[in-house]
Formats: sequence, C-alpha cells, structure tokens
Amino acid sequence: MSKAKKGKVVSYNKWGYIFLIPFIVVYVTFQLVPLFNTIYWSFFEYYRDGMTQIGPNVVGLSNYIQLFTSTDPNVPTIFDYTWNTLIMWIMGFVPQIVVSLLLGSWFSDNRLRLKCQAFFKTVIYLPNLIMASAMAMLFFTLFSEGGPINSMLMQLGILDEPFKFLYNTLSVRTIVAFMNFLMWFGNTTILLMAGMMGIDASLFEAAEVDGATPTQVFWRITLPLLRPILIYVMITSLIGGLQMFDVPQILTNGTGEPARTSMTLIMFLNKHLFSKNYGLGGALSVILFIITGILSMIVYKFSNNND
Amino acid sequence: MKKKLLSVLLSTAMVAALLVGCGEEAPATGEGESSAADPVASDEVVEEGKVLNIYCWNEEFKSRVTDHYPGYVEVDGTTGTIGDVTVMWNITPSADNAYQNNLDETLLGQADAAADDKIDIFLVEADYAGKYVNTDYSLALSELGITDADLANQYKYTQDVVTDTNGNLKGSSWQGCPGVLIYSRAVAEEVLGTQDPAEVQEYVKDWATFQETAATMKDAGYYMTASVNDTYRVYSNNVTSKWVEDGVINIDENIMNWVADSKAMVDAGQTNTYDLWSDDWSKGFYPDGKVFCYFGPAWFVDFSMAADAEGSIANAGQWGACSGPQGFFWGGTWMCPATGTDNPTLVKDLILTMTANDDVLKEIVVDDNDFTNSKPVMDAMAADTSYSSKVLGGQNPLGMYCAGVETIDLSNLSDYDQGCNEEFQKAMKGYFEGTYATEDEAIAAFYAAVVEKYPALSAPQ
Amino acid sequence: MASNSSMSLQIEDSKNTGGVKARRVVAYIVLVAISILCLFWFYVLFINSTRSHAELTSGFQALPNFKNFKFVTQFFTNFKNLMAGTLPIWNGLLNSIIVAGSCALLSTYFSTMTAYAIHAYDFKLKKAIFTFILMVMMIPTQVTALGFINLITDMKLDNTFIPLIVPAIAAPATFFYMKQYMESTLPLAIIEAARIDGSGEFRTFNTIVLPMMKPAIAVQAIFTFVQNWNNYFTPALVLKKDKLQTLPILIARLRSADWLKFDMGQVYVMIAFSIFPVIIVYLCLSKFIVSGVALGSVKG
Repeated sequence: MSKAKKGKVVSYNKWGYIFLIPFIVVYVTFQLVPLFNTIYWSFFEYYRDGMTQIGPNVVGLSNYIQLFTSTDPNVPTIFDYTWNTLIMWIMGFVPQIVVSLLLGSWFSDNRLRLKCQAFFKTVIYLPNLIMASAMAMLFFTLFSEGGPINSMLMQLGILDEPFKFLYNTLSVRTIVAFMNFLMWFGNTTILLMAGMMGIDASLFEAAEVDGATPTQVFWRITLPLLRPILIYVMITSLIGGLQMFDVPQILTNGTGEPARTSMTLIMFLNKHLFSKNYGLGGALSVILFIITGILSMIVYKFSNNND
Repeated sequence: MKKKLLSVLLSTAMVAALLVGCGEEAPATGEGESSAADPVASDEVVEEGKVLNIYCWNEEFKSRVTDHYPGYVEVDGTTGTIGDVTVMWNITPSADNAYQNNLDETLLGQADAAADDKIDIFLVEADYAGKYVNTDYSLALSELGITDADLANQYKYTQDVVTDTNGNLKGSSWQGCPGVLIYSRAVAEEVLGTQDPAEVQEYVKDWATFQETAATMKDAGYYMTASVNDTYRVYSNNVTSKWVEDGVINIDENIMNWVADSKAMVDAGQTNTYDLWSDDWSKGFYPDGKVFCYFGPAWFVDFSMAADAEGSIANAGQWGACSGPQGFFWGGTWMCPATGTDNPTLVKDLILTMTANDDVLKEIVVDDNDFTNSKPVMDAMAADTSYSSKVLGGQNPLGMYCAGVETIDLSNLSDYDQGCNEEFQKAMKGYFEGTYATEDEAIAAFYAAVVEKYPALSAPQ
Repeated sequence: MASNSSMSLQIEDSKNTGGVKARRVVAYIVLVAISILCLFWFYVLFINSTRSHAELTSGFQALPNFKNFKFVTQFFTNFKNLMAGTLPIWNGLLNSIIVAGSCALLSTYFSTMTAYAIHAYDFKLKKAIFTFILMVMMIPTQVTALGFINLITDMKLDNTFIPLIVPAIAAPATFFYMKQYMESTLPLAIIEAARIDGSGEFRTFNTIVLPMMKPAIAVQAIFTFVQNWNNYFTPALVLKKDKLQTLPILIARLRSADWLKFDMGQVYVMIAFSIFPVIIVYLCLSKFIVSGVALGSVKG
C-alpha cells in the first residue's frame, strides 16, 4: 500500500470498482431502496379499502405502537409472534445440534471406521433439498385427522380415536420444529463433521495416549475447537429461524392454528402484505430488521467474550 | 291493447336474446329483428380482441360453459376457444382473499394493460359483489346492450346483489342458490325410522328439534353434521343486521346463537369443527363418515358431493332433501363484464346465453341439477314429475328450492362479508376446540383478525 | 483419571477394540434409525400416491397394492387426473426451472466477479465494501419485501420473472463463499502473469479466473438452484397469474382446498411430482453436494 507501489497498481485497481458495479447496482435497487421505502412507509397510514386507496397520511409512530399493544389481553402482539417463532426454532435447533454433533463425531472418528458413510450422508442430507412447501403439504396430509398417521396409530392400538395433531398447540409446534430439524440436521452434521476433520489429529492421539475416554475427548477437545463453526451454525440457523415461513404457513394454511400459537413473525408480516397495509407491514418489517440485527450482534458478542 | 303491446315487446326481446344467444338461427321473424336492433350487435364487424380473459376462483363456471355454450371448445385445463377467440381462464382460489387481491391488482392495472391481457369478465360472489359493482371497474349491462327485458325471467334477488347504488345492473347469474338440508336416507331410516322427506323434516323443523335429533344421532353413533360450519350459513343468512355498520364491526344476535348452539353440539360430540371443503369434512360424503346431514343449495348437491366417485352416498342416490330449520342461501356466482373489455359482443353473448336463455338454463337443470336463474323454467320443472335428482334418490327437490328462493333476503349484505365470515369461523373454531377459554377471547381474536384484513374497520368499543 | 490412564496403557488395545465395537454397534443402530426417520415420509408419500381416493379414505396400508400392478396403474390414473385439473403443473415445472436456473447462473457468475473485485484489487473502499457485504448478509429478504413489492409494482414488473431472477446477482452469501474459496486457490501471481501477457482485466476474469473457480461455482450453482426452486415467499407475492406460477405456489394452492381438490390421490401425486425430480437429481450428484457443503464450512 506504499505510495511508490500505488502508481503502478492504480491503473488496474479501477477494475475493482468496475467489477463491483453489478453487485452494487442490483443490491441498491432491489434491496436498499426497498429497505428505505419500507422504513419510510412505516410512519404512514397507507392501505387499501376495497378498491380505494387510503392515505398515505403521516401518523408518526402509531403503527409501531399498534404492533406492541393490543386492545385485548388475549389478542396476540408482536411479542407473542416473536415467542412463537423462537420457541419453534429452539425446539428444532436443540435436537438438530445434538444429533449433528453425535453423527459428526462418529463420521469423523477414524477408529470407528463406519461403513456406508456415503449412503448415510446422502440420506441425512436429502430432506434439506426438498421443497419446504411440499414437505409441509405432505405433513399436513399425513397428520390430518383422517390421515395416515392417525390411521396407523389406531391400527397399532395406540389411539382409540383420531388425535387432532393440527389443532393442538404443542403438536403443531412440534411438527413444525420436527420438520425444521429434519430439513437441517443433515446440513449441520456435514458442516460439523468437516470442522472435526479439520482438527489436528495429533491432539486426539495425545489424548488417547493419556487415556481419555471418547466422551472426554469430545467435551474437552472437539467441542472447544469446534466453537467457531458451532457459532456460525447457530447464527445462520437463528437468522433462518426468524425467517421461518413456508412450513407453518402451508401446514396451517396461513392461520397459525390453533389460536395463532404457531404464527411466526413472517407469517404475520405476510398477512399485512396480503391486505396491502403498507404502514403496519412496514413497521413490522422495521422491527424484524432490528430484531435480526440485535440477535446477530448478541451472538457475535457472546462468541468474542468467551475467547 | 297495452297488454298486447307489452307482450309483443317482451316476445321480440326474447327472440332477440335467443338470436344473439344461438347465433345461427338467422332467418327468424323479420319484425322482431328490426325492433331489437341494438348498438353492439350492429357493429359486429368491428374487429374485437382475440383473447377473452375470464377471472374466477374455481372450475364451476368453466364446466358450465364447456357443456352448454355452443361453439366452446376446450383446449386444456385453463384455455379454450370460441370461434377464433381464445378463452383464458384465470383461476385464483378464493381462500384468504387471494382471489380478490389478485383481481384488485389486475383491475387497477386494467387501463394500462395490453388488449389481450385486459379482463373481460370476472366472477364475483354475493359476499363481496358490492365492492366491485360500486366502482367504475365493472360495466353496466346496459352499456353492452343488454336490456332489463332480456333478463326479465331472472329472480329478483340475483339482480339486487349486483345492482350498484345508482340502480345500474352490473352483473348476471345463471343460478339461484336457495339451500336445503340434505340427509342420508340410510341413517334416517335406521335412526328415525323413516326416510320420507316430509317426515324427516319434522325432526329438523327448528333448531330445538334439530338439537334433540342430534342427541339421538349421537346415541346411534352418527354425527348430526360433519362440521359446525355446515350450519353457519343457515344462521348467518337469517341475520337482522350487517357485519359492518358505519365502519364498525357488528356481530348479529343470530350469529351468536350459532356460537352457543354449536359449542353445545361440539361439546356433546355431535359434530366436528372441520373447515368446509377439507378432506376430513368431506368424509361424510361416504357411508363410513357417519354423517347424518349437510346443508347446501342445488349446486352443492350435484357438484360437490362426490357423485361420480364410486362408493359415495351421492353415487348410490342415497341422499334426501328437506327444508330444514330455516331458509338460507349459499353462494351463487355472478358474471360481471369488466370496464375496458375488448370483446363486448362476445361478453354480451356469453351473459345472455348462460344467464338468460331459457333453453340453456333448462339444459343446465336437467344435466347438472343446478337451480337456474329463470322463474318460468324452474316453476315448470318443479311441477314436472318426470324430473328427479339421481343424487337425491329420485326426489324432485325443485319445489323446495322454488319456495326457498322467494324467502331470500339480501338486504343485510356488506362489502366485507367474506372476510368477516371466514375470520369469525376461524376464531370460533378456537373457542369450540378449547384453545380460547372463553367466548370473549375468541371474539377479541376475531375483531383483531378482521381489522388486520380490513384496516378501515374498527372493533366496537 | 491418573489411575485410569496407567491402566489403560496396559490394556489399551483390547479395551479400545471392545469399546470401539460397542460404539460402532450403537452408531449403526442410531444411523439406521435416523435414516428411517428421514426416508419414512417419502415412503408414505410414494405409497399414497399410488392409491385412489377411496382407498386412501379407508385407512393407511403399509404396502402398495401389488395385485395386477394396481399401484402402477393407479399412480398414472392419479397423474392423469391431476393433468386434467386446473393446476398448470407443466407450466409450473418449466417456470421453476427457468427461475431457478437463471438465478443459479447469474448468482454464481456475478458473485465470483464481486469476490474477484475484492480479492484481486486494492482500492480505497475495498474494506468498507467488504464489511458492508458481510453485514447485509444477515438481513433477511423478507424484511424488505414490502418495499420490494412496491418497487416492482411501480416498475410494472409484477407477473414477470425479472424481480425473481435479477436480484440473484447480489447474493452476499454466495459472494462470501467465493471469496473464501479464492483465498485458498487463486494466487495473485497468476493474474500478474496474465497481465504481463497482455490480457485485459475482463478477459482474465472470464478465461482464467472463472475456470479455476469451477468447483466452487458448481457447488454454489446447485445450492442457488435448490434454494430458488424451493422458494415460496417472494414468488407468491410477485406471481399471481396462473401460468406464471412456480411449483411451490401450486403446492400451496393445494392446501387451500377448494371443492374439486377432494381427490387426495391427486394431492399426493402433485407433491411427489415436485419432490421426486429433485431427489433423483440429488442422488446423481450427492457426493459432490455433500463435499461441497463441507468445503464451505471449513472456511466459514
């Protein structure tokens, strides 16, 4: 970067800007402009009533206030939707990370010499590629009252009458979480496995010589060394979790049944997008934007403090 | 003298309608032709659009056109041709307001759309017809050259729905939708000891008796109805106030009666809370579903009860029909010509043929057992002992419908009915299933959901 | 622990082999169980798509109906019924391929270009831009959806593929992957050499850099393809016209049951129709994909 060098490099370095043009132009047009547009309208009353356009009228923060407060204690607010989203994410993420760590450590353990590894990896990664909407539709049909799952459970004598899987808070959330787990644990396993393979083998050998049990090796060596990857997995999964939409949307047909206990933030946003309510929808988007920002920062901070 | 003149006028109008309708019978009464010279028919030479766009939410109208409109040739699931005009069926399901949202967007862009993309006809339901007929996006039928006389045989209520606040008629329907109670003959015979419509009616003549029968059905191992939502329309059509009064949401007393009655029935295990049209709800179309009755109008009986599926009750002709506790109507589809259509002649012809041609309307009754929008045709058919519905085991239900159609009162419609009905049923399902501990909780959730859908409305204080 | 270690030194071999064997058995059992958990749903889907509505109504059967190859004929009957219905599934398939394919092409090409700009050149704003891209990587696209819809309505781009395809050019995550890959595989010396040979910058990128990035491009192309193939949120907001809709929207339409959707056999076939092609392609490319995921993680 010294001045002397610069003279020669400069003629090429304008190409850095040139090559960045497509990205910047497209990003600004399709992401930044919409972002500011969204923020802008969030301070307006702006929606459609039948075929008539209402507004835009400046209303300040009233859209935000409306989201955080509710006229009736039983009507969900944005806090409830955030909670729904997070709880379903956690219910899926915890088993996801546990199973992935377990499988990853097995796959990367040279002493185990598991056969058919390619087969298992192929199978566990498979659900990740499946259209979430198709998967949700499939689970909807499978778990409906007259669907195959109820039919099977009744044939096996476990149930006397069909269980309303899709009209019970716990079971709907569990099904959503389970689908998220199913779709993502394969991906996580492979990521963690790669991370584990990247750990210096001599560390394991040394531990072995010292007589450490596999469990000890896992907790004392593998896990600490995996932390960067674990944090990466967690952040991406959390961001993905906040965007949770396809699965609960199609499973519950957009209603978030029962009583909106499975309605995620994006499903709620989608309702406003559908009724063309730019003001309220904008406010909700801005809040989502802030939540995403705060969460990523917390996780980043957390990871740095522990170093 | 006056009377004679009137009848001549009427008959010429009829002939004209038939002429335009069938197109081919050119050499008819000469006099009639000259007096019926209407503006649109005369400039038939003007080049018109090559694409006719029809916006709708399901296949019902499409199948009616396919079967009964002369010259319509089906190409595939969503296209067809009439002569050298391509008919495009733009189908968007109505759930969650998707159909209306899509239609709104397209209508708002109608002025700038290319000729082949312009909407020519869109279909509406009574629930939200006002939203469109009270705007300039729909075209008055008179502007197409359709006169009141052309539509003189239609039932009055079907025209009320699509008449705007200035009195312009802006749409037309081929059907009337008075509903009846449709019961399983086998179950009636087994539990009530009779399957005769008049006798079964005694068991369901009012809501109190209906509930007693429900208890009897439950004891015999049958559900009274497939879902609480089956009876919903019966209550909601007999309201005395609108869903929305001055921008404030209003729940009618009779709707609350539905809540109370339904809650009791669900708690007693006499019915379920399935969504209409769901797979679970339709299980009762088969004997294994163990459902005693459904509520529905004519189109429902023939079009929706799986009549062509082997093993269904409808297929075996084992349903019966009686008037039930209260009169009601369900559905009905209206064709509205869109402003800016580039196929006015074809649109006019479609409307006249499908909704005002007695021959076609009669054909629809005979082939599809629909209840069509022509008083003379329906009165004649009701009296016709040779006509019978296969699904209903040889019963002729038309008399029941004819009586029912006279009682239909559409004075309490609002532009927001569809969203209100949908959200109310959704919220109450939560109450019936116990997710909302109290009625008030469910109602609060209902208000919130409606305001979310229609930000212009507010909940009562 | 101390006693443990001295003991284990003596019996290390025998103990370990015994322990390993036991662990291996446990591992196999768990793996098989998990594989079943993954495949079970697709098996049920397969079975149910080969059954008629009436059969489905009467309860679940674990085996297909082998009698007279009924399961094959029924599958095709269901499929034929689906074809005859209103869902334009061939259009859906084609639309999905167009959108996902174009996205994969644009996204990988331009992300590589962006990564190359950051990797190979020194300029004033380099650091700032790099940090900016990393930051916006976290912003979910849904957050900007409202403004996005506004924008494309104003630009009259609704009911076109442009708003679905063009934004793929700016894909921060793909960019990041490419950047990481370049750091380990693209020595700047090669670029210098090309410059000395008189190759223009743009040509160098196309003829030297791109070929070297092939493995990374292939991996990201597949991911971008799959991601867009499966995308439901944005297409559902943009594409309202029947014939333009992609497969996920058609699937969602099955869920909002209308009165002609009572044939559950058709529903299952439709789901199978949108799932099985991906499975088949995946099985052909699985090794490649799995190693591609791993590749990203080591760097990420």
